Amino acid sequence: MSMARFLIRRIVYSIFVLLGLSIVIFAIARIMPGDPARMALGARAPQWVVDRLREQMHLNSPLPAQYLYWLRDALQGDFGLSLVTQRPVTRDILEFFPATLELVLIAGILSAVGGIGLGVLSARHKDTWVDNVVRVFSYTGVVIPSFLFAIFFVLLFGWTLHLLPILGRLSESTQTPPLRTGLMTIDTLLAGRPDAFVDSMRHLILPALALALGSMAQEARITRSSMSDNLGKDYIASARGLGVPERIVMGRFLLKPSLIPTVSILGLDIASTFSIAFLVELIFNWPGIARYGMGAMLHKDLNAISAVILVLGAVFIVVNIIVDIVVAKLDPRIRLQAGRSA
Amino acid sequence: MVDMVESTNLTQELGVALTPQQIERLEHDSRRENWGRNWYKFSRNPMSVLGLVIVLTVVALAILAPYVTPYPRHAGPFVDFAHAKVPPFGKYVFGTDQIGRDIFTRIIFGLRSSLLMGVLVLALVVPPGVLAGLMAGYFQGSWIDTAIMRITDIFLAVPPLILALAVASVLEPNLWNGMLAVSLMWWPWYTRLVYGLATQLRNEYFVRAAEVNGASTWHILFREIFPNTVSPVLTKMSLDIAWVIIIGSMLSFVGLGVQPPEPSLGTMVADGARYLPDQWWIVIFPALAIVVVVLGFNLLGDGVRDMFASEGG
Repeated sequence: MSMARFLIRRIVYSIFVLLGLSIVIFAIARIMPGDPARMALGARAPQWVVDRLREQMHLNSPLPAQYLYWLRDALQGDFGLSLVTQRPVTRDILEFFPATLELVLIAGILSAVGGIGLGVLSARHKDTWVDNVVRVFSYTGVVIPSFLFAIFFVLLFGWTLHLLPILGRLSESTQTPPLRTGLMTIDTLLAGRPDAFVDSMRHLILPALALALGSMAQEARITRSSMSDNLGKDYIASARGLGVPERIVMGRFLLKPSLIPTVSILGLDIASTFSIAFLVELIFNWPGIARYGMGAMLHKDLNAISAVILVLGAVFIVVNIIVDIVVAKLDPRIRLQAGRSA
Repeated sequence: MVDMVESTNLTQELGVALTPQQIERLEHDSRRENWGRNWYKFSRNPMSVLGLVIVLTVVALAILAPYVTPYPRHAGPFVDFAHAKVPPFGKYVFGTDQIGRDIFTRIIFGLRSSLLMGVLVLALVVPPGVLAGLMAGYFQGSWIDTAIMRITDIFLAVPPLILALAVASVLEPNLWNGMLAVSLMWWPWYTRLVYGLATQLRNEYFVRAAEVNGASTWHILFREIFPNTVSPVLTKMSLDIAWVIIIGSMLSFVGLGVQPPEPSLGTMVADGARYLPDQWWIVIFPALAIVVVVLGFNLLGDGVRDMFASEGG
């Protein structure tokens, strides 16, 4: 009951944050020098055509009114035409978003499993060589930006070792299956094509790893330190003293509370993975929303820029709500607080 | 040390009030002593000292760039196709790029914009961020708190890199607009940090005492609360500078930062990536330079954090 209330409040509040974000985005789109109508039509269009478009785009109305028109259309899923692709922005986003989602999900799984695994390993073997190796790895992951990882991977696995493909989602020789979900791994399976599935997985590995390494390192660090903090607490000593098997002490008593900070950071990391994808997709020529957004930014395609940011903002907020739920499940103190204040 | 203990004991024993000059001297001594103790703590960790050495070296190289580089002219509009793509470790330590410019020279000059970005962004971001956090925290529950923190939430709702990219792309792409874009996205983190501290500090007895004594809001914000937020803010700054440098290199990597022919590490990596794998040095050395700078600031930042963390309270 209290959990449901907590959630509803969280969601209502998120809607206000998104509205605020839409104002910020609208402001960014309007600080650009130049006439949006002229930019959309090009320098050679006659003035009366530009004037007509200005009227259609409500550019002659006062700014607050312009914002409301823009918001009304955006709420109906209409972000206008993209200057670059000359298609409705919404259609572009629906086409490109799944590719990024697939990449970020795989990266998220990699960094969660890898980060928690390494962190636990490190804490269990504290101050041994295992611990030291993990610590050096996690420091490397923190100081090397992901776009450099991406370039190193391209150089090492793609060109030197010829182990893995480095461009796109599928090899040219592999026929693209009919797209249903937009997630290539699932679509290939739905089409009953295991060979294409393997091919798409091979294409995913390097970009996903480049995206994941930074957050994997951070999670390993946090898991290690929170586990070793909790290891020194009295309840662990008393559980051991009462003769609770070590497996249960470690698995149930120690790991669960130690994962709370890791999960909170993981949520932030997955969300910021979307932003790092802006560079990694560029390097691996991955046809996702980030590469689309990057192209829009380089061409000053305002409709596409606004839509991409708003969509990613919404994703960021949804991810954070999910994280709040998971953390509340892990941490009874937060549940109690939510119940009391609601 | 001896002085202070003696005079404190003396005051306590005799109940004599100290003159303002004496108090000032005691404060001065204890401050100097704190510095000494902090430095001792910091220098006990060799990694922190390594970080400091890297940072100082990088800063010195960047400042002295025209004097320490072999071909300062290569940092500007310079072309020499006869010496293009020369491999490293010969006449040119790190080789030359696709149009014959010495990569070592360009890296050292590229450090300048990276460091400038890091320092200026923090200088732009910290004062307003801290001020907003102090106000919102001290007036917790009032409309000031609501207004400031709600705006903060909006900016925190999108990863900073994406908004920075968007702002930088809408403006004319160059170093200054890149800085502006990153700054616009960075202040909320300081507001949130200081807000958390200030909401706790406002209930402390020394703040209450100042209020009861009729101190002005200004005095309470800046003389009572602010000094207690300095170490966490400094710690965050020392760790953030590496992040700002990374984001700066990302901006120039995609062409939204420093514009050619001005050298910057991100642009060099992006340009060089086209010549992989055969001319690997065009990419690898600028990339390593980014890693070394970030490593240096991270080690230094960790040292600063540990130094303040064990400050007892």
